[in-house]
Amino acid sequence: MIDSPARYQEPDTIRRLLTTASTVAIVGLSANVLRPSNFVGFYLQRHGYRVVPVNPREKEILGEVSYPSLSAIPFPVDIVDVFRAPDAVPGIAHEAVEIGAGALWLQFGVINPEGAVIAEAGGLDVVMDRCMKVEHARFLGRMHWLGFNTGRVTARRQSAV
Amino acid sequence: MSGDNAGIREFGFDTRAVHAGQRPDPYTGARAVPIFQTTSYVFEDPESAAAYFNLQEYGNTYSRIMNPTVATFEERIASLEGAVGGVAFASGLAAQAAALFTMLESGDHVVASSALYGGSVTQLKHVLRKLGVALTFVDPDRMEEWEGAIRPDTKLLFGETIGNPGGNVLDIEAVAALAHRHGMPLMVDNTFATPYLCRPIDWGADIVVHSATKFLGGHGTSIGGVVVEAGKFDWSNGRFPVVADPSPAYHGLAFHETFGMYGYLMKLRAESLRDLGGAMSPFNAFLFLLGVETLSLRMDRHVRNAVEVARFLSDHPGVERVRYAGLPDSPYAPLAAKYLPRGAGAVFAFDVHGGRRAGTTLIQSLDVWSHLANVGDAKSLIIHPASTTHRQLTDDELAAAGIGPGTIRLSVGIEDAGDLIWDLRRGLERVTAQTPEEVTA
Repeated sequence: MIDSPARYQEPDTIRRLLTTASTVAIVGLSANVLRPSNFVGFYLQRHGYRVVPVNPREKEILGEVSYPSLSAIPFPVDIVDVFRAPDAVPGIAHEAVEIGAGALWLQFGVINPEGAVIAEAGGLDVVMDRCMKVEHARFLGRMHWLGFNTGRVTARRQSAV
Repeated sequence: MSGDNAGIREFGFDTRAVHAGQRPDPYTGARAVPIFQTTSYVFEDPESAAAYFNLQEYGNTYSRIMNPTVATFEERIASLEGAVGGVAFASGLAAQAAALFTMLESGDHVVASSALYGGSVTQLKHVLRKLGVALTFVDPDRMEEWEGAIRPDTKLLFGETIGNPGGNVLDIEAVAALAHRHGMPLMVDNTFATPYLCRPIDWGADIVVHSATKFLGGHGTSIGGVVVEAGKFDWSNGRFPVVADPSPAYHGLAFHETFGMYGYLMKLRAESLRDLGGAMSPFNAFLFLLGVETLSLRMDRHVRNAVEVARFLSDHPGVERVRYAGLPDSPYAPLAAKYLPRGAGAVFAFDVHGGRRAGTTLIQSLDVWSHLANVGDAKSLIIHPASTTHRQLTDDELAAAGIGPGTIRLSVGIEDAGDLIWDLRRGLERVTAQTPEEVTA
């Protein structure tokens, strides 16, 4: 498989996106607080990102206006984070390119190589089959407080979180 | 930016044994792992408290559920085992009970190796049955027995990397493949091997449990256990509603859907550890971490000494047989070569000629070997099951458990091998010097 998800899981890219992005549009963000997308949106807000819901069925989610599509968002978006079935990805990728987003981020299980190629051709960074909350918690957050394996080894003193 | 090297380099086992899970304390710069001897944690604000309890944010609430010192130990073992995370417990049996409790419910069935540690056999046989979970024990060496015991309601296969007292080596890859063909996970107790000698997850195991009391600590000071998970099993395959469905014990949260590969561990912590208790103490976690730093150094020595002692015993006329997978004539030598290339551990049994009396005499004649019921200490340990842990059993019942009247179990320590052998030689001479009347008395 030339386009396996591993190709789109570069730690350098992930870290750069997490530390430089400020606006994250979440396509498929649910208003239900028990849904995974809501957990991720809530977490990203807590950590200072502006979360932009993209969900045609809702007016407002997590205190932010919900837009029916990416193209309806009237300001620049750094990362398009996708919680949709894999088939929906090519269309979302085209839209992400059109609005000039910086990156296309496909959550756990959202695997679609065609969509990734579209986004890359449009100049976007692509992350696939990775959770933005988990990657933030791994590199910058406190995932280790609950015994999860961050893969990190460091002897440097860090600032408190 | 500092400390953001995850995925950039595959750090070696020894580096991770010393570093994984720890970041120098951000407040003080303390290089050693601080002992956070606290029951609870002050919340920044009500919103943060709510987010922690809702599991929307990784935060500390109460040390029965999480503690920074314990978390360092959990991440370290997860790293060494190649797991996505870990949850520590007050003992190995507490860890195992919680691992089982998290995924099983009344009406389920488990197939387990009959060569398990006695405490595990009791836990499965009596505690699980009380909860309505049925059990079938199988000869772990016979794949057809594993396969034949699987029923429509079977939810788990369970074995030990190295069995006791027979020294059985589990064919992890084959049993894992069988489990996955039937839509269930394989759980392996890796206590005797430690992740230095074998990493069951590399061979397809899904859940790995440890008694940290043994080689992980290595000092015989602390009781503890840990569960780690590979994060690869699909708990949403329709067979595990107890893991996948919205949980009534956590306001309708569906752990596997919400946390994906971390879902089982999140449920293990947020529900099973929270509700059953059995948390590891921070001080014990600190001691285990000290032990784990030298795991590979100790295991290399344990294994080297074990091979020397096993060779000596094999050649001794007073010894009937030695059951150590690290000897070339062991029936488990091929499996040991595959799964335990660095050595088959340091716990094994041998049978002394002369039955119960000979075993008792040998135990009483030793100066370096400690007569006690534990394994995995830096000190060499010895026990004679027929006169101690299994003394109520008849010879026939002993035989059914794979234990002869003259079976002795050793846990070979890291002392000088020459001294260990000298001590055993003197003990065996005492046995041989007994008159036939003494032996049969």
